[in-house]
Amino acid sequence: MAHEATHDHHDDHHHHAPQGFFQRWVMSTNHKDIGTLYLVFSLLMFFIGGSFAMVIRAELFKPGLDLVQPYFFNQMTTMHALVMIFGAIMPAFVGLGNWMIPLMIGAPDMALPRMNNLSFWILPFAFTLMLSTLFMAGGGPAGGWTMYPPLSLQSDSLAYVVFAIHLMGISSIMGAINIIATILNMRAPGMDLLKMPVFVWSWLITAFLLIAVMPVLAGAVTMLLTDKYFGTSFFNPGGGGDPVLYQHVFWFFGHPEVYIMILPAFGIISEIIPTFARKPIFGYRAMVYAIASIAFLSFIVWAHHMFAVGLPLGADIFFMYATMLIAVPTGVKVFNWVATMWGGSMTFETPMLFAIAFVILFTIGGFSGLMLAMVPADFQYHDTYFVVAHFHYVLVTGAAFAIMGATYFWLPKWTGHMYSEFWGKVHFWCSVVFVNVLFFPQHFLGLAGMPRRIPDYNVAFANFNMISSIGGFLFGASQLIFLGVVVHCAFFAKKKATDRVWEGAKGLEWTVPSPAPHHTFEVPPVVRDEELAHGHTDD
Amino acid sequence: MSQQHDVYYVPSKSQWPIVAAVVMFLTVFGAAHWLNAEPGDTGFGKTVITIGAIGVLCMFFGWFRSVIKESLAGNYNHQVDTSFRMGMMWFIFSEVMFFGAFFGALFYIRNFSVPWLGGEGHGVLTHQFLYEAYSGAWGTAGGNGPLHVGGAFNTVVPWGLPLLNTLILLTSSVTVTIAHHALRAGHRGRILLFLGLTVLLGATFLYCQAHEYMEAYKELNLTLHSGVYGSTFFMLTGFHGLHVTLGTIMLAVIWCRVLKGHFNKEHHFAFEAVAWYWHFVDVVWLGLFLFVYIL
Repeated sequence: MAHEATHDHHDDHHHHAPQGFFQRWVMSTNHKDIGTLYLVFSLLMFFIGGSFAMVIRAELFKPGLDLVQPYFFNQMTTMHALVMIFGAIMPAFVGLGNWMIPLMIGAPDMALPRMNNLSFWILPFAFTLMLSTLFMAGGGPAGGWTMYPPLSLQSDSLAYVVFAIHLMGISSIMGAINIIATILNMRAPGMDLLKMPVFVWSWLITAFLLIAVMPVLAGAVTMLLTDKYFGTSFFNPGGGGDPVLYQHVFWFFGHPEVYIMILPAFGIISEIIPTFARKPIFGYRAMVYAIASIAFLSFIVWAHHMFAVGLPLGADIFFMYATMLIAVPTGVKVFNWVATMWGGSMTFETPMLFAIAFVILFTIGGFSGLMLAMVPADFQYHDTYFVVAHFHYVLVTGAAFAIMGATYFWLPKWTGHMYSEFWGKVHFWCSVVFVNVLFFPQHFLGLAGMPRRIPDYNVAFANFNMISSIGGFLFGASQLIFLGVVVHCAFFAKKKATDRVWEGAKGLEWTVPSPAPHHTFEVPPVVRDEELAHGHTDD
Repeated sequence: MSQQHDVYYVPSKSQWPIVAAVVMFLTVFGAAHWLNAEPGDTGFGKTVITIGAIGVLCMFFGWFRSVIKESLAGNYNHQVDTSFRMGMMWFIFSEVMFFGAFFGALFYIRNFSVPWLGGEGHGVLTHQFLYEAYSGAWGTAGGNGPLHVGGAFNTVVPWGLPLLNTLILLTSSVTVTIAHHALRAGHRGRILLFLGLTVLLGATFLYCQAHEYMEAYKELNLTLHSGVYGSTFFMLTGFHGLHVTLGTIMLAVIWCRVLKGHFNKEHHFAFEAVAWYWHFVDVVWLGLFLFVYIL
């Protein structure tokens, strides 16, 4: 392999993994190392956020205030959401993007490698800042992850959380800028935009969403900060403001944010299914346009989170119809995934199992979302466990399942070894069964009127809560299998992975050796259409 | 090592990202501590934020220093240049969205929350039961809300200092463009003159803005506490002023770099990035002048 002048003269060891732990991991400019850091961080946060969820489910195991104080319970619900959203799901997608986007488009690295490193290293500090509030006098934030005023303004931890969110926002914006610059500027010759893998497309659009809405969140929480500490009246009706204004600004960020957490998952599923169905994805262009339409629509549906605050009727109706419109491009995607499998010669390795579970269970979450989109129905469901069930179906069996599927899918490429297929399948079946035991009863609880974010409840809700808690504990324990499989594959596995890893795998990332060498594509690869996963069919 | 064009360039390892993460953390940790400080506090937060802020300045200096060195060594090829350009453009887009949040809040407050509190549309019951005496007028007539948060105040007359500031910023956009043309034509004296003028105009703007703030606080009783009028006025103009401050510093740095001969006719991305940023703060000001001062 020829080594061109891809590095400046300070870096005299560019074709070996660099020496020194600190040099390699802390001062890195390597997209694979930084991707690994993101993924490890996200796994850590997944378990921290998961332990908060265990506290919640333990308290809700039976009626009565048995284990924790209500105020601490509220801190747990708040922190569980903040950690899982900003610490587990988003960094996991950024980590996957970091690892795979340069490999998929034939680039040697991200466009701005040092900024890439900064994007990552902000995160451990931001989460230290946020989690440290749990150990302070007065405790952590307890007003819900949405931080609605005036409730959120009552906690001294607000300043810490707001600044932590500013840091995470800076990290996300820089990460997103990097991804856009990489995709638009670093593609190998011949890798046209409409030949890129769907995963790359999904990240391009997600990055745009991130840059568009993270600053809006920064603005919203800045207004909270000045309302609490500097005497402004943005959310104070006495001064002419309106607490509902916060909800508008927050959800203008918040709705695109939920698509930030699902579009890369769509991309992942669109890579996994064609590989194991051994067929090109059905309707490649339709898939890309669907992602773009969903992203566009995400900007005009935010008030469906606020149907119960007393919006003018016209606003309710507009946001209801706009929200339902999203079912169309989403339906296109689900249809195309199913059509990709149709007539394919399918095998069911762990990534494919997760992908199929994603298609089914995410669709259930999508349908409960449609129910919530209807204004009159939402008046009944609003802030009940039905909402909790809905967003956990799209976030756990949606985003998190896609991330797990992606991990099994690409782990052999990252480590050079095959993970244990048996334990991968055990992990899958435990997860998919227990996640439904955990969240499906919550639909019934919500329809029966159990409110969310409440540590105690009417005895009428006891049975379903106990079932849900049992499912929760078992689902949580199942994730230890995941940890075991990943650690085993990274450090102890014997079975070498081939370059292609999966029989049906297509795309540039499978043309490099397994494990992927420290530097890849230092010379732009020659892109041959038949190597590509997508874009060479005349669909 | 000779730099070949159209070959990928990956920069060497750098300590600056981790330094940046640490000093940013110190700054916000100190700030959060300071905000929650009780009277008689040890001043721990103040100390930490000071260390953090000085650290941020040193970090910027060090990071840009190494980037400038690499740039002067000719390490950056056309592809890196394009990545930098994209980075700056998307960064400015994120800034646009940040201001968008505050402009959006202003529009919402003016079109919905204040009229509703005054009894319009679907705020009729709130008005009747809570704030019957409140007219819902904007600005001097009650922009500080039904409870007159912050007391009676007068607003800044747009046709004095704000108009002058508008002219100053518009002129500075022209001078920075002349400097850019001079750079492309290779007239060093003219670059230094017009870029220097731009810096001076930026500084003058900031002086006028500071003067206006002092007048607002001392004579008009218009403060950050003056209800939503004061909130939106000071937050929008304040964040804009902060961006002008940054822009002026950046322009001054570029002026020094021109003096040291860092740029040539083809390679002057840093100059262009700062010029874009300057035009951006200019456009934001036009929005402020119209929606905050005049209307």
